[in-house]
Amino acid sequence: MAQVNARERAPDTGISRARLERSRSDRMLGGVAGGIGRHLGVDSNIVRAGFIGLSFALGFGVIVYLLTWLLAPLEPATADVERQARRIRMPTRSQMFGIGLVAAGLLVLLWISGLWFGGDLGWPVVLAAIGFAILWARSGDEGRARWTLSSLGTPLGSVVTGEVSLPRLAIGSILILAGMGVFLAANTSLAAAGNMLLAMIVAVGGAALLAGPWVWSMGRELVEERSSRVRSEARAEMAAHLHDSVLQTLALIQRAKAPREMASLARTQERELRAWLYGRAPDLAGVRLRDAIDSMAGRIERQHQVSVEAVVVGDAELDDRLRGLVNACAEAVANAARHSGSTSISVYVEVEEDVVSAFVRDQGSGFDPDLVPADRRGIADSIIGRMERRGGSAHVHSRPGGGTEVVIQLPRRAP
Amino acid sequence: MTTRVFVVDDHELFRSGVRSELGGDLEIVGDAGSVEDAVPAIEELQPDVVLLDVHMPSGGGRAVIEAVRPTRPDIRFLALSVSDAAEDVIGIIRAGARGYVTKTISAEELSSAVHRVHDGDAVFSPRLAGFVLDAFGGEAPQPLDPELDLLSRREREVLRYIARGYAYKEVAHELHIAVKTVETHVSAVLRKLQLSSRYELTRWAADRRLV
Repeated sequence: MAQVNARERAPDTGISRARLERSRSDRMLGGVAGGIGRHLGVDSNIVRAGFIGLSFALGFGVIVYLLTWLLAPLEPATADVERQARRIRMPTRSQMFGIGLVAAGLLVLLWISGLWFGGDLGWPVVLAAIGFAILWARSGDEGRARWTLSSLGTPLGSVVTGEVSLPRLAIGSILILAGMGVFLAANTSLAAAGNMLLAMIVAVGGAALLAGPWVWSMGRELVEERSSRVRSEARAEMAAHLHDSVLQTLALIQRAKAPREMASLARTQERELRAWLYGRAPDLAGVRLRDAIDSMAGRIERQHQVSVEAVVVGDAELDDRLRGLVNACAEAVANAARHSGSTSISVYVEVEEDVVSAFVRDQGSGFDPDLVPADRRGIADSIIGRMERRGGSAHVHSRPGGGTEVVIQLPRRAP
Repeated sequence: MTTRVFVVDDHELFRSGVRSELGGDLEIVGDAGSVEDAVPAIEELQPDVVLLDVHMPSGGGRAVIEAVRPTRPDIRFLALSVSDAAEDVIGIIRAGARGYVTKTISAEELSSAVHRVHDGDAVFSPRLAGFVLDAFGGEAPQPLDPELDLLSRREREVLRYIARGYAYKEVAHELHIAVKTVETHVSAVLRKLQLSSRYELTRWAADRRLV
């Protein structure tokens, strides 16, 4: 890892020496003094002293420092790839330069037109802003990209994790407090009545500036914690579902004696899992025709250990009449499972504009419909009678040895 | 002459199951558990029929068809799946599979499906027939290009019988036509499914978020 990085960086070390870059290792605030020191070949403490000296000249040193911070790139980190990814989202250096120029121009314009707030307001604001920036830009370390709200860190947390140096925290806090102090001192001549209010506003503002980042990051942590809890709950629910369904069925299959029983268990589980995966909740079986047919097929598969292949074309809201059709189908399928000797039954339901048709077919022993004893009322009552009461019809096509098909038709609207 | 079959499925158990079940004049010349292994092996072995799992990592059966078809258009594909999802099934047919059967199919049925695909016919399971009927909607008025766009009355009839669980032979018997004619109809449906950009198919796909 380290070797790779060393190789990657090797070719441009010559250039990076010549270029002015903020230092990663030798820094108090933004690594500006360290970078300049290395660039010029002088001790960084001399540069720092120079900045402090210049700051007394109308704050010139501060302005130069900030401009250098903004404009000079940070020297390459070890984690080059990470930096690359981050760089995509941050403004280019020329954009930053442009923004800086516009801001400077606006300030000059204000100054020239006499609108500059003057020392009373201007310097406190500048001081507080700088302190705030030092605190909030958790590091400024990774360059300007960090100057976004979403990547701000807490001053306290940063100190604890070692992301920001204690001097920085101190300097930031001192600058904000100094800004508040200068502001209050300069404005004591204001109307006495407003003083209390002003003091309160300043205090609250200062507190917000100091504690804001911390509160913000607390909020973020809460949100993250909540979303990770939601994720783990979803995982737990899936585990519970698989345990109740698939694992139980697998256990049953291992204990099953006959292959037929095994196949039936597997098919039932497959049907149930599929319904779950594709979002068909079991209780929807009472709402849509398609789901009702599917769940009817599954139920009879379980009860009679046969396989029921259900194909539904179109769909409709389940009403009383369609529920009758589903029940008639169920009766036909159950009959086939009980009497035909066939292990596989086909159900086909087609919803058309004016009629719903259902076909239940097996390739079993078949029978002669004319020879069914009159006391065997299954087909007559629960299939034909049920459909005729609803204005539909049912026919049984069968012959001995040729399988059976029950054809059910129901007009969509009641006659 | 034996039919040379290649099996692509990421479930080892299923591959060995098919190997032991399919015999007779079907020869399993190879198998693969992933799309990456399957494509070069198929191109090298040049089987007659590829049995293809719909669901596999990195693109599934569809990716295999799309990689192999441009160079070897004569290799036929039969999709096999436990999947219920219409989009997967219609998707693999539109990519060029000659048929779709569910994995619960019996060994005899699977072997006859392989032969049928090898002979250039289409293999429709009841479920696929249902999907297609669903996709092409109800009886529409005469379209502008009846040749391509709409299922003919006869094709619809054939599909309905298949969805009801009738074998091709039984369909032929019911409609008093030759089995070969049933196969012609089914192949025509397959072609329409692959070529159609029909409004209803699009709408059907959109309803199911396929496009």
